[in-house]
Amino acid sequence: MQFSRKKKLLSNPQNELYGHCLQFYSQPPTENMSLSEFETFAVERLKLLKTVENLGVSYVKTSDPYHKKLYAELTNLNFPHKTEADDRKDQTGLTEFEKRRKDHISHFILRLAYCQTEDLRRWFIQQEMDLFRYRFSDLPARYKTEFLHRNNLQYDTLSVEEKRKLAVKLINSSYGVSGATVEEQDFYKVPFQDALDLVRTRKVFLQGGYAYIPHQDIISIVLNDFRTRLSKALALTARSLPAVQSDERLQPLLSHLSHAYVGQDYSIQKNIGKISLEQIDPLSAKSFPLCMRQLHKSLRDNHHLRHGGRMQYGLFLKGVGLTLDQALQFWRSEFVKGKVDADKFDKQYAYNVRHMFGKEGKRTDYTPYSCMKVILSNAPSQGDYHGCPFRHSDPELLKQKLQSYKLSPSGISQILDLVKGMHYQLACQKYFEFTHGIEDSGFSLNHPNQYFIESQKLLGGGGGGGGGSKEVKSEPEMPQKGQNMAAKTPSTPHPQTQALSKQDAAEMEDLDSLFKDE
Amino acid sequence: MPEADYDPASLPDLLPLYYRRLFPFSQYYRWLNYGGVTKGYFQNREFSFTLKDDIYVRYQSFSTQSELEKEMQKMNPYKIDVGAVYSHRPNQHNTVKSGAFQALEKELVFDIDMTDYDDVRTCCSAADICMKCWTLMTIAIRILDRALREDFGFRHLLWVYSGRRGVHCWVCDEAARKLSVAARSAVAEYLSLVKGGEDMVKKVQLSEPLHPFIRESLVVVEKYFPQYAISGQDILGNSKTVEKVLALVPDEVREDLQTFFQSEKNPMKRWKRLCALVQHQRVSSKKGCQHIDKEIMLQYCYPRLDVNVSKGVNHLLKSPFSVHPKTGRISVPIDLEELDSFDPFDVPTISLTCEELDKPRDADEEDEVEKENENEMDAAERRKIRDYKRTSLAKYVKLFDRFLDGMARSRKGEMLRKSDLQKDF
Ligand code: SF4
Ligand SMILES: [Zn+2]
Repeated sequence: MQFSRKKKLLSNPQNELYGHCLQFYSQPPTENMSLSEFETFAVERLKLLKTVENLGVSYVKTSDPYHKKLYAELTNLNFPHKTEADDRKDQTGLTEFEKRRKDHISHFILRLAYCQTEDLRRWFIQQEMDLFRYRFSDLPARYKTEFLHRNNLQYDTLSVEEKRKLAVKLINSSYGVSGATVEEQDFYKVPFQDALDLVRTRKVFLQGGYAYIPHQDIISIVLNDFRTRLSKALALTARSLPAVQSDERLQPLLSHLSHAYVGQDYSIQKNIGKISLEQIDPLSAKSFPLCMRQLHKSLRDNHHLRHGGRMQYGLFLKGVGLTLDQALQFWRSEFVKGKVDADKFDKQYAYNVRHMFGKEGKRTDYTPYSCMKVILSNAPSQGDYHGCPFRHSDPELLKQKLQSYKLSPSGISQILDLVKGMHYQLACQKYFEFTHGIEDSGFSLNHPNQYFIESQKLLGGGGGGGGGSKEVKSEPEMPQKGQNMAAKTPSTPHPQTQALSKQDAAEMEDLDSLFKDE
Repeated sequence: MPEADYDPASLPDLLPLYYRRLFPFSQYYRWLNYGGVTKGYFQNREFSFTLKDDIYVRYQSFSTQSELEKEMQKMNPYKIDVGAVYSHRPNQHNTVKSGAFQALEKELVFDIDMTDYDDVRTCCSAADICMKCWTLMTIAIRILDRALREDFGFRHLLWVYSGRRGVHCWVCDEAARKLSVAARSAVAEYLSLVKGGEDMVKKVQLSEPLHPFIRESLVVVEKYFPQYAISGQDILGNSKTVEKVLALVPDEVREDLQTFFQSEKNPMKRWKRLCALVQHQRVSSKKGCQHIDKEIMLQYCYPRLDVNVSKGVNHLLKSPFSVHPKTGRISVPIDLEELDSFDPFDVPTISLTCEELDKPRDADEEDEVEKENENEMDAAERRKIRDYKRTSLAKYVKLFDRFLDGMARSRKGEMLRKSDLQKDF
């Protein structure tokens, strides 16, 4: 796939590419696009897939509420949801064609981000399949047939004679197939490997290795086709990835898209004011993620932090539960130990602190930075201590730091391996698991404040539980629409646990069963 | 041959003899080499050995038959397991970049173990078996063999006695060996009807319409059920087992049966009554009672698969012709044409076969030896064939040969078909 500078080749590409509301994504996009559109598309599709995942956990996939909610999310995030398209803009200012284009391009962007490891691929394929299943099954019959046609999906059909011969068995193999419907509808004969879902649930007639599928169940073979193609395509994309990764603008974005999703809003604190300033030192060692622990330490050592560090750490502390007054006192008392006197602090820095709390300037209530933001934006430079240590530290220094925190050599090497693979949040989560003595943290890390809350939950401290259950609000730089529909804490693609010791796990499993026969 | 003849303590002395003179290496290699069609197929196959004191060695692999032979004769494994064909030589898996070493193919396997039937066996429990409960294995083989052949289209199924209390099936068709994990688990699920653990009383639930596979399976179960369950296991004969059966029927039926059972003690008549009541309910179309009789029969007789064994490509399974260290019995192929008369207690032990080696030969055998001498086999090979032919292992090796011939014929047919196709172009 490429995002090249090629001019549009087709006279009316809209109709060629986007003539049907559903795609098989067989043609990669070739047009030019801005980085910000690229980013928006990617983030919104990720949100959509997250919703797909969450709904799949909470509802039966064929149920009404599932369909309704998924429909609402598609509409909300401006993904296509109409069977017919024209050039009219709706209230969002987008035409249906533009939405189809977004569907197309955003799918391909996420392919880039989710092709990198087996676990990511599996997660991506699963969500895309569920999304496709919903969208296909929602189509009126005519559009289904047209879809098959357009995409050259042809399957062997049974002759009238064969149908007659097998009628009883066909009727007994699928729900809702009766004598009359056997005659009416087409039956397709495919290798049983292409209809595993039906085979598994014994909802299809099997003979000689072939599954005989009534037209009403055709989704299962189309879906199987979809899966096969997507999984091949992802494997190919993974091979061509080094070229894409050499693009400095895309590389970090892609790497982070694969783990990041929009999470909770940690700016709203239930336990505001429940943390005393004396608690910060011990908490920073026990429950702060490395990035914040590092900022805290350098603030104590140097009695100063530069702007980037003040923003990252200050908003985090706000999320932890400091009040504005506490925050002012906290920063002032530290700064005055250094080169800044109280007067200068009040003039130069207090504004900045109040600003974070929305009391100055544009009065925007700033949200604590997510991992994605810490990792992606505003990389630290000379004199800065902000950023993410897993992303922005020299691996050798990171190693030394982890050693000084008494992590085991094997733990350290696991973390460094993840860092090498650019899985910074997974590395951080590993670090969390080691330092909290648990095997599987059971959440998916995407926010420093989430780290803190989860840690407090485990340690039984008072700082937890306040994570603000308010649903997502966008960070300033990430354009997001339909934010009200955002995902609750999702059960993410949990690559970290499997990815690490997959081999070991597989072996253990085998060992377990080996002596079974004794 | 009673098991008592085998003394586990003698195993270390017998194994060297067994691997030197009896183990059918050439057939074994012929099997796993699959005609040499795919490069490295034998070489990348994982074997694992269980040595003395349960020392377990994984990721063994061999480049040739003679290497395998030498290694087995050196190590004298108590037990041999066969694993997958990997992307690289398993014995070099440490030198391969992690993640690159992957299980690619393996036979589709099934493992049926008598201990999984403990809640429905009255004659024995745990590792014990007798000819009564062995019927369960017969039923399992009949049902699965039919389905794997007719429904799934497989042709090369090797059924093997595990050496103690169960049977294994190796589906060796090329298509089976190439199945993905998802496909294997789908096949295993398709074949599973008994579900739920200790906390589940009723483990079989049928719903309308009955899938053709279930109907076919019922044909088998219905054939064995009266003799096996009603007479053999006597499930309606004493109060404890009756209670178990009655727990599976709806309340109205249960009350009726309880009254009826007070005067009627004949188990077969009791069963008939149960069926008649269910039949009656079916006619008056009471929901939930449609197939109770069938569900009971299936719960008591339907094969219980270990789905996890079938699912994994990298899962290991005890090899045919491996010895069971506890019973001394050799894992031998089962002849489906004589399935109903298969007696696990008749399967030769390692001590028996080794003893048979010492018997003086009779004239017939000498004759055969003469004939073989005309072939162009080397002396060692000839001697080994002479050896196993003089033991009770012979008929099982012959069975294995027949199985291998069948596969060779298929391969040849497939090649002809392909070259015909080419001619057409
Ligand atoms: S991953 Fe997130 S929490 Fe962990 S160090 Fe980086 S920014 Fe901080
Ligand atoms: Zn028994």
